[in-house]
Amino acid sequence: MEVRVSNVRKEFDRFPALRDVSLDIKSGELIALLGPSGSGKTTLLRLIAGLERPTRGTIFFGDEDASNRTIQERNVGFVFQHYALFRHMTVADNIGFGLKVRPSAKRPTRAEIRRRASELLDLVQLSGLEKRYPAQLSGGQRQRVALARAMAIEPRVLLLDEPFGALDAQVRRELRRWLREIHDATGHTTIFVTHDQEEALELADRVVVMSQGRIEQIGTADEVYDTPNSPFVYGFIGESSSLPVKVEDGQVWIADRPIGLAAPELTDGEATLYFRPHDIELLDECNGCIAGTVAASRRVAGTRRVELEIGGGRERVEIELPVGHPAAQKSRVAFRPKRWKVFPKVVE
Amino acid sequence: MTTAPAKAGWRFRQPSVIPGFGLTLGFSLAYLTLIILIPLSGLVWRSASLGWTDFWAIATDRRTVKALEISFGTAFIAAAVNVVFGTIVAWVLVRYRFPGRRVIDAMVDLPFALPTAVAGIALTTLYSPKGWMGSLLAPLGIKVAYTPLGIVIALIFIGLPFVVRTVQPIIEEIDKEVEEAAATLGANRFQTIFRVLFPGLAPAVITGFALAFARGVGEYGSVIFIAGNLPYISEIAPLLIVIRLEEYDYAAATAIATIMLALSFLMLLIINLIQSRTRKRYG
Ligand SMILES: Nc1ncnc2c1ncn2[C@@H]1O[C@H](COP(=O)(O)OP(=O)(O)OP(=O)(O)O)[C@@H](O)[C@H]1O
Ligand SMILES: [Mg+2]
Repeated sequence: MEVRVSNVRKEFDRFPALRDVSLDIKSGELIALLGPSGSGKTTLLRLIAGLERPTRGTIFFGDEDASNRTIQERNVGFVFQHYALFRHMTVADNIGFGLKVRPSAKRPTRAEIRRRASELLDLVQLSGLEKRYPAQLSGGQRQRVALARAMAIEPRVLLLDEPFGALDAQVRRELRRWLREIHDATGHTTIFVTHDQEEALELADRVVVMSQGRIEQIGTADEVYDTPNSPFVYGFIGESSSLPVKVEDGQVWIADRPIGLAAPELTDGEATLYFRPHDIELLDECNGCIAGTVAASRRVAGTRRVELEIGGGRERVEIELPVGHPAAQKSRVAFRPKRWKVFPKVVE
Repeated sequence: MTTAPAKAGWRFRQPSVIPGFGLTLGFSLAYLTLIILIPLSGLVWRSASLGWTDFWAIATDRRTVKALEISFGTAFIAAAVNVVFGTIVAWVLVRYRFPGRRVIDAMVDLPFALPTAVAGIALTTLYSPKGWMGSLLAPLGIKVAYTPLGIVIALIFIGLPFVVRTVQPIIEEIDKEVEEAAATLGANRFQTIFRVLFPGLAPAVITGFALAFARGVGEYGSVIFIAGNLPYISEIAPLLIVIRLEEYDYAAATAIATIMLALSFLMLLIINLIQSRTRKRYG
């Protein structure tokens, strides 16, 4: 099922949690909503589920305006961050709940419901636990029961709010791979919320980066990592270094020297240069470069991180060097970013 | 002998690593012995002086049997009614915001605070054939005062706070997400309440029932005014005990008391067992 979010705004007591958000999700896609705490990820997910109503804007399921539909009719599977399992029901009853509450005309027989439940338990690799109560399960197991319960109703869209938020790193990685497998096997249109960028980049077909109630960028992992379209995305995804620069005559300048980066499409003025610490080339001689003195150096796994003081120590940037590289010891290092982007200074 | 599995049920539950198990258990036992066990065994001791045949004669006396039936029967019905309406009251108090909510919330505790005799007199004036409610019900052929129905009403009044106050905190704790989960799975409001929320309240409701029931069985002050106290019809066991005491028939009084004690204990034990089964499940 395609989902289209169109110019949606959501206010809580005047506070805008979402401001004019638009998003098209293709059928069968696995989408990650990524953003810092409070950026409106959960709010967007709840709006799609119908658990909240938009202040303005519309959400479409296919061609149909979803706001005409109640939560019950929307037929979405929602997995809550804290599972929200029914604790007085066994695992099997939890999973079968969505089928049992259907009106009698559409309700499968009890045997059929039981069969579905055990099929789903197989899928989430928990067979044999149907008689347990949620209190008798580990966190990761509860999470999987919650997912099976949401999938039992054959949802048109599967929504997961930080599905692995409460689990330890090891289990997270396992469940991540497993969620991808399940998605590929079942083909549900899936939207999941996370603030773990590794999770989002690894798992999702497309990542939606959010900040302060807005969508900053939508793209594949490669797109948002390699060509971030805003300072926020540059800073939020992966590591980045930034320097205040000046644009003049289609060139990027630091202090009074051009650094050999051409920016013909930019208007003149103050700006900020962003690049990845590892995406640089070291230069022996400097005719158009960024040069600085080594202020600190630390070993990070297979590489070395060097902090450079630029322009007499007013600014510092981090770059990455091979461990054995002599530049790490040299007091003066010249380099030029290979991939970079300049954003004009925002006038407040 | 197949000992191993049979023994499992009676093992001490592994005390937690936090120290203090021995001390607190010892203290609890000593305290309970002092406060509950010694007075009660005094009671049993006293009735034992009767001898078995006399005891049996009193126990099977029709007036005694009737009084016990009325006491336990009305207490049971009142507790059952309270479970339904007390839960609804608790629900409304927690879930809805309306003017006067705090006043109603405070009112729930009144039956706790009011001297029971005052409650009894108030209810009697209200429900007597000439009273406010009584005069409305009389044309319908419903008599409340001086019948077992009157007893039930007095006990409902007395028992309400027990149910409301045990269930209320549990309703407050209900996770909003659980309701939302039920809704996304397609459950309508009715199904959400009756299949998801209320079953989760079961342990608290059972506790509330047990408290209201126990209180109802022992209630004296409010009942004797409204009951009319006709032997075989509306005479409760506690009153019968008092009557025997006034006749200086201490043996008979303690015998009836002992029977009440045994029955109450049995019922509370059963309720507790049901309780522990539900608790074990939802942890
Ligand atoms: N019911 C509510 N009432 C008032 N404000 C709310 C409500 N729900 C969310 N907000 C506000 O809306 C903003 C976005 O909240 P949201 O829960 O969508 O963030 P999030 O991106 O999911 O964050 P997190 O990663 O911490 O879960 C926050 O500033 C939050 O305080
Ligand atoms: Mg959230």
